Amino acid sequence: MHENEQRPREIPREHLGGRPIGRYGFLGVLGAGAASVVWGGPISRTLSRVINPVADSTGLSKVIPTSGWRIYTVASTMPKFDPATWRLTVGGLVETPVSLSYADLMEMSRAEQVSTFHCVTGWVVKDVHWAGVRLHEVLERAKPASGATALRFVSSEQPYDDSLTRAQAALPDVLLAYEMDGLPIKREHGAPLRLVIPDMYGYKSVKWVSQITLEGVARDGYWEQRGYDRDAWVGSNDSR
Amino acid sequence: MGRIERFTLTERALHWVHAVAFFAMLLTGLALYLPALETAIGRRGLVKSTHLWSAIAWGAALVIVVLVGNRRALRRTAQELDNFDRDDLRFLTGRSGAPQGRFNGGQKVNAILTVAFALLFAVSGVLLWLGERDTRFRFDGTVFLHDALMWVSLVLLIGHLYLAVINPRTRHALAGITEGSVREDWAREHHAKWVDAPAVAPPEGVATPERSPV
Repeated sequence: MHENEQRPREIPREHLGGRPIGRYGFLGVLGAGAASVVWGGPISRTLSRVINPVADSTGLSKVIPTSGWRIYTVASTMPKFDPATWRLTVGGLVETPVSLSYADLMEMSRAEQVSTFHCVTGWVVKDVHWAGVRLHEVLERAKPASGATALRFVSSEQPYDDSLTRAQAALPDVLLAYEMDGLPIKREHGAPLRLVIPDMYGYKSVKWVSQITLEGVARDGYWEQRGYDRDAWVGSNDSR
Repeated sequence: MGRIERFTLTERALHWVHAVAFFAMLLTGLALYLPALETAIGRRGLVKSTHLWSAIAWGAALVIVVLVGNRRALRRTAQELDNFDRDDLRFLTGRSGAPQGRFNGGQKVNAILTVAFALLFAVSGVLLWLGERDTRFRFDGTVFLHDALMWVSLVLLIGHLYLAVINPRTRHALAGITEGSVREDWAREHHAKWVDAPAVAPPEGVATPERSPV
């Protein structure tokens, strides 16, 4: 590559003068960057608390993810919620298939919880206020058959789905949430209904849930077919 | 009007590999990161794998350029970027009249930051990838580091593009990184110590002219 090219004009090294100090800046930036793997989490959550109220009122949070939440979707458009036609259906291995409207859900007993949301890609949102209905209340209406050992949650965002075992789904803080931080769940967070299972990474908490299917065996969901764990317990090295 | 060689083919190749890869990863990265873009584009699996493959192509291309290119010139450039003299510090403290070498003080700082950020981008990116697969590689601040690097790099990039493409006084520098050579009168104005330095003897057996009339 260099045989036939013009040689750039060079200042002879002995005429450079100065001192080789650029390397210290280089190493300093590397060191500070590497250290931020430790202090960056608390810093970004503090920043988020300061910036987010301003960003929310100015619309900036629609452009930059200031709230700590990241919006992940797999289809080309997000599902649109129409309260008149929306239904949650529960089927598969059940005695009584159930179809619930948004109004039906609102009449069921309301459950609230505050839990931390962990994304597998590394971000965490602490103390999210959720309200919704407990999964077992919905299941009691459908009466799962004896062979039903797993639940598949199907999203209106095709082809997203994910499965939980009955035991996982029976954890006390598993919620079908219709409110987040005091407001109806926003479109990008899964309006009108999403699953919340705080002990597992967020890809298990299916957004835009429209169908629950009772099945004989838990199957790999969307991201699990792409390499993620089906039993996605939040790791012990995370800040909780 | 006379011209002077400023960058070897190797240096230019390295610059453009980095530039093209940076834009590819910036665009796919923003499509994964900004809520409005993410939801408008969706297809996260496809965008994400494009981002990852861009990163792999970037790293591989950089290695290839260094392996087949003029490593002596790269070492030489690294020495110049590492070296700060009194005039560089004067330049950085706002006295732009201070005579500068082949790189001015600001260009040295920009180059040092660009290389350091590239390494940090690579390390944090690999950690993000591994962390999704093994909880031992998950750290609280990795996402912050990768995002913060993007924001700071974006500011540097805007300044870099302004000086290289828009600002009439400096934009002739673009010719150096595309064709390799710059006008001598421009170089004398902006890089006096480089132009007026005593010539270095070419390596034995190579008789290339230092300046070529154009």
